[in-house]
Amino acid sequence: MSTRMGWLWRCLVLAAGAGGWQLWTSAAGSSFFPPPSAIVARMYHLWFSGPAAHLFLTADATGNILPSLGRIFAGLAIATAIALPLGIALGRSPAVTGYLNPLLQFARALPVVTMAPVFIVLFKLGTQMEVATIAFGTIWPILLNTIDGAATVDPQQLETGRAFRLSAWQRLVWVIVPAALPKAFAGFRLSLSLSLILMVFAELVGSTNGIGYEMSNASNSFDMTFLWSTIVLLGILGYLLNALLGAAERLVLAWHTDRGRD
Amino acid sequence: MLEVTDLTKAYGRGHAAHVAIDGVSMNVARGELVSIVGPSGCGKSTLLRCVGGLTMPTAGRVVLRGAPVTDVPDGLAVVFQDYGRSLYPWLTVRDNVALPLRRTTRARAARREAADGALAAVGLTGAGDRYPRQLSGGMQQRVAIARALAADPVLLLMDEPFGSVDAQTREDLEDLVLRVRRERDITILLVTHDIDESVYVGDRVIVLTPGPGRVRADLTVSLPAPRDQIGTKELPEFVRLRTEVSRLVRSRDAAALPRE
Amino acid sequence: MSQPTLTRDRARRLPPWAVPWVRGATGVVVFLLLAEAAGRLGIISRSALPLTSSVLWRVVLLAGNGRFVADFGATLEAWAVGMAITVAAGVPLGVLLGSLPGVRAATRAIVEFLRPIPSVALILLVSLLLGPGLRMSVTLIVYGAIWPVLYNTIAGIDDVDPLAKETNRAFGFSGLATIRMVSLPSAAPFIATGIRLASAVAIILDIATGYITGPINGPGIGAYIAQESTSASDLTVILAATVWAGILGLALDLILLGAQRRLLRWHHPRLGEAE
Repeated sequence: MSTRMGWLWRCLVLAAGAGGWQLWTSAAGSSFFPPPSAIVARMYHLWFSGPAAHLFLTADATGNILPSLGRIFAGLAIATAIALPLGIALGRSPAVTGYLNPLLQFARALPVVTMAPVFIVLFKLGTQMEVATIAFGTIWPILLNTIDGAATVDPQQLETGRAFRLSAWQRLVWVIVPAALPKAFAGFRLSLSLSLILMVFAELVGSTNGIGYEMSNASNSFDMTFLWSTIVLLGILGYLLNALLGAAERLVLAWHTDRGRD
Repeated sequence: MLEVTDLTKAYGRGHAAHVAIDGVSMNVARGELVSIVGPSGCGKSTLLRCVGGLTMPTAGRVVLRGAPVTDVPDGLAVVFQDYGRSLYPWLTVRDNVALPLRRTTRARAARREAADGALAAVGLTGAGDRYPRQLSGGMQQRVAIARALAADPVLLLMDEPFGSVDAQTREDLEDLVLRVRRERDITILLVTHDIDESVYVGDRVIVLTPGPGRVRADLTVSLPAPRDQIGTKELPEFVRLRTEVSRLVRSRDAAALPRE
Repeated sequence: MSQPTLTRDRARRLPPWAVPWVRGATGVVVFLLLAEAAGRLGIISRSALPLTSSVLWRVVLLAGNGRFVADFGATLEAWAVGMAITVAAGVPLGVLLGSLPGVRAATRAIVEFLRPIPSVALILLVSLLLGPGLRMSVTLIVYGAIWPVLYNTIAGIDDVDPLAKETNRAFGFSGLATIRMVSLPSAAPFIATGIRLASAVAIILDIATGYITGPINGPGIGAYIAQESTSASDLTVILAATVWAGILGLALDLILLGAQRRLLRWHHPRLGEAE
């Protein structure tokens, strides 16, 4: 199926799905399942009916959506800043990695939300706790994947570097880092999904603003339409962030041949 | 130009040791193209890597231009067999070719120019902005050769450079190497398992015994230059030489050439 | 070019299979000692983080704590039930979607739209809908865990060599039999990896749900941590419970990995894991 047809087909299916959802909820009339039309209207009302100068964002949006996104970026930035260099260093030292392996495996297997209560006690409620939670949870996929990428650099590529007398630094920058990037990106993609989960979780339990906080409010006041709005918003944000990452990946890894499914 | 004396390389220790090459000696004069040929496992690649300073020998010495080789020396360039793994996929063709220049030339424009010059020398003008994977196998190996040329080497080591391309491309690349050598007066060591190739391109052919590799024969190729894929290969002298080399390679005899 | 280093000489006296274990164990011990030293020397203030030794001791004590054991068991139970339903529903559904390209294309858009919704976002909704209890936990677990199973199963079925299927059909076997004889075994490693990913998600969801909804929802590690978080600001218990959560996650992952390796021992190493 050509991409044009594919797009058309997908839009049709989405429209059909949305239509079906609308019909079913309207018919059922349950307050727990407001129709999508109501949800969209509410979302517009809540967040997207602001002045054009603010990109149509309302004060509610700038006061909640932006901080949530900001914390995700901050957490991911910290995680990446630590995990990338550390991952490359460890990947090139298999001996050191051997010593650290059980600790890394334990940290990886630790359910990612379990450190949030710890950080709440440490940092109390608020942004610091949330960023710490996100950073701590998202380090591991990036770290472990980068270690893998750096450890499996093609020895022939390194030998070529030596044959042309590249310095150790040049080999690092021109050979090891680019070779490790595809796997690092795969790790980052995982971390992106985790960051959303952690953002919501941290805000549900320990924040005074943000999307999760709004969700918590909605739940407490039994405002189902509001609750559904936050859920849909999260879905949209998740989709957009993943699309953004995909675009960045295609840009940076343009040279990477598609050797099969990733 | 290049003196190899009693070169020995063994991997492992004691009983489990695997001797790749044993007491290999040879001298290469400036501007010579020496083919090194032998059966699988005779240590040809190990020999090349020792000469290039990529591996340290267990015994023996390599002296290049009067200086002993203890690490990768100046003025060396290498072309590997597997261009797919030796060219960097994340760099454009031009950046790949300019890579060895990063060490010596600071100015980006100068590097660019030199890279374009090398690409022209191998017949790939205009491919500079593409990525290696967009080129055919033969063209990729030309890029690898261009990269070696950009380093302006005095000694070029080629490790089975045409083993991964089809026969016709191989012939074109053989002629390219001959032309480049003529134009730039480079000394070349070419390791190959293709007997015809070893005689066709070489001024000398060194035949190694099956592992551990020792020099079985050191033949001088007295074929006229410039060589031609069809004309030269018709000559009786060519046929005689390649038969001789073939016999030497195939013989199971592990006896080395008696030392003088 | 490498000269044997001192470490390698020492390591050479060990049989090669033991080296990773010894190194790993050394790493863990050194880490714990350093952490303990940092605490005792005051590098990490004791009012912020408890001593490593206290936490470790508490980890041991928790094993004998009736309430915690009940909570641990409850999380494990929810995981088991959730995973059973996930696999029982997810694998056949994945096989169906993977084998019928028409259905797959039709549902793909919807799947891609639903997938980015973080599962924890649904905790509040589902808790309002279903009220507290095992049913709610399991529902959430299934929702979160089914995606990796579904995705990986579809990918695995997709990846089956068409020639193998055709060969099987040429021998007269029906489409259904071909699925059983060719597609499923071929897709098995992907499915297995999907199940392991689902397992991790399941634990996360159970603990998250337990923590958010608290003990009203019944026992669970999350509920335990929530309770301890309110009563005291002493991190020792919380950290100890966290360690147990990590042990649970690691143990389940290793068990599943072991089962995968054993059951799929015959499998061609070409079809690797997408981790």
